[in-house]
Amino acid sequence: MDFYISTLVQGLCLSAIALGIFISMKIFNIPDITTDGSYTLGGVVTAKLLVLHQPLFVVLPVVAAGGALAGTATGLIHTKLKINALLAGILVMTALYSVNLEIMGRSNIPIGNFPSIFNMVNFSLDPDRNTFWIVLIFAVVTTLIIGYLLKTDFGIAMRATGNSESMVRAQGVDTDRMKIVGLALANALTALSGFLVTENQSYADISMGIGIVITGLGAVIIAETFINWFRTTSVWFSLVLVLSGAIIFKFVIALILGLGIDPTLLKLITAVFVLLIVSLPRLSFKSSL
Amino acid sequence: MIRISNVHKVFNRGQANEVNALDGVDLEIKAGEFLVIVGSNGSGKTTLLNLVAGSFFPTSGTIGINGTDVTKLPDYRRSEWIARVFQNPLSGTAPDLSILDNFRLAAIRSKPKGLSIGISESFKTQVREKIATLGMGLEKKIEQPMGTLSGGQRQALTLLMSVMDTCQVLLLDEPTAALDPRSANIVMQTADKLIKEFGLTAILVTHNLKDAFIYGDRIIQMAGGKVVRDIGEKNKPSLKQNDLFDWFA
Repeated sequence: MDFYISTLVQGLCLSAIALGIFISMKIFNIPDITTDGSYTLGGVVTAKLLVLHQPLFVVLPVVAAGGALAGTATGLIHTKLKINALLAGILVMTALYSVNLEIMGRSNIPIGNFPSIFNMVNFSLDPDRNTFWIVLIFAVVTTLIIGYLLKTDFGIAMRATGNSESMVRAQGVDTDRMKIVGLALANALTALSGFLVTENQSYADISMGIGIVITGLGAVIIAETFINWFRTTSVWFSLVLVLSGAIIFKFVIALILGLGIDPTLLKLITAVFVLLIVSLPRLSFKSSL
Repeated sequence: MIRISNVHKVFNRGQANEVNALDGVDLEIKAGEFLVIVGSNGSGKTTLLNLVAGSFFPTSGTIGINGTDVTKLPDYRRSEWIARVFQNPLSGTAPDLSILDNFRLAAIRSKPKGLSIGISESFKTQVREKIATLGMGLEKKIEQPMGTLSGGQRQALTLLMSVMDTCQVLLLDEPTAALDPRSANIVMQTADKLIKEFGLTAILVTHNLKDAFIYGDRIIQMAGGKVVRDIGEKNKPSLKQNDLFDWFA
């Protein structure tokens, strides 16, 4: 597959996870690690249902519901048991490992022989381009839905919850409920990314989610840099930047690997790259003083 | 309107740092009354205000608003009656959201926050007209994030936000403590105007004895978690500012 198209496809597959992390991290101010588990859950449920010959219109809602359930669990632990959000996420993520293994019954399910979203609809005769169009449509539709949601009255209450809890409670919003809904939404999106990636790579694997939260985080931090750069307060523009963040992230990693670096170093490189984009603004700020 | 019956509030019960913040408070506030609470630090006045708001619940005793027992009702469920202005200008508004978004939330304070877009052109016009009454020129900036405004501007907008939706009780927790004297004046005058215009029942907690003297039609002094003085609307006009200072002597 052409390098650019395949990287673009990978980036777009991760757009939902980037939107999810944007919601948990930037909107609710909650560092949510459930992601690693709910992403794998999305992939695992996809593979399992395809093996059971379930159609797409069953697979997609079940995947999203599975992710939402994982997010709800983290949200409940965090808000009702007053446990640190990071720890709540780690607990659910750890538990999900067993759940995922139990669903699959083994550590890997290939789905190459089953119908996938990519050979169901044809926009282009070239399969690579066809894949690109499908993931693009997927990314645009999720962005439109999330963008609309954030503009509604409910969305304003969501955005205010992570921003000023005292204010939003005084305006009659149950912040606990809001956070649970937010985490459910974020993890439903994450699971949808797991679905797309599984469909694209034609297998689900128990370890596919390891460190995926860093990828989402990297995308959101790149987006944040641009958001600050453009000083934008527009919800729509911010979401477009989050999508671009996911694509840029994938391109940088692909370019680094293209230099001939050992793929076993992938996670290390990813971590260092995220560290760099997190720290660069601070470092340059210091030297300018 | 508000009935506080034999309310006690103990923090950190049974621990070395146990605090008896409220020690049997009975208070009845009539509809439309503007009550000012003064008292030194630790006298329990902010605790009392937070109990009315529902930030936490009393250890014993009951609180009723408009005939409903709200003793165990969390703060976000009391918003159908109560609007609040906090001591910290940052607490009453969401800084990263636009002025418009802040006003939208305030406009549906007593209603569910649904999945429809509520900000329309007519809503924007309504917000601009409201804000223009402040005379601060903020009506041109409604798309700006709240955080770009000064503390005084934010407190004034928080006050306006409180009357965007039906409001019966306005709680003012040292709203001018963080402001310069000029902004403080504007905020207090705006509050007084809105309370009269909308016939609100209001509680003001303040350390500013001049404000306590000028505003409100009833004043109480708290000390050691109890109400120690209660000057009603009959006697408040004959109260002199120096009398207030003498209370703290």
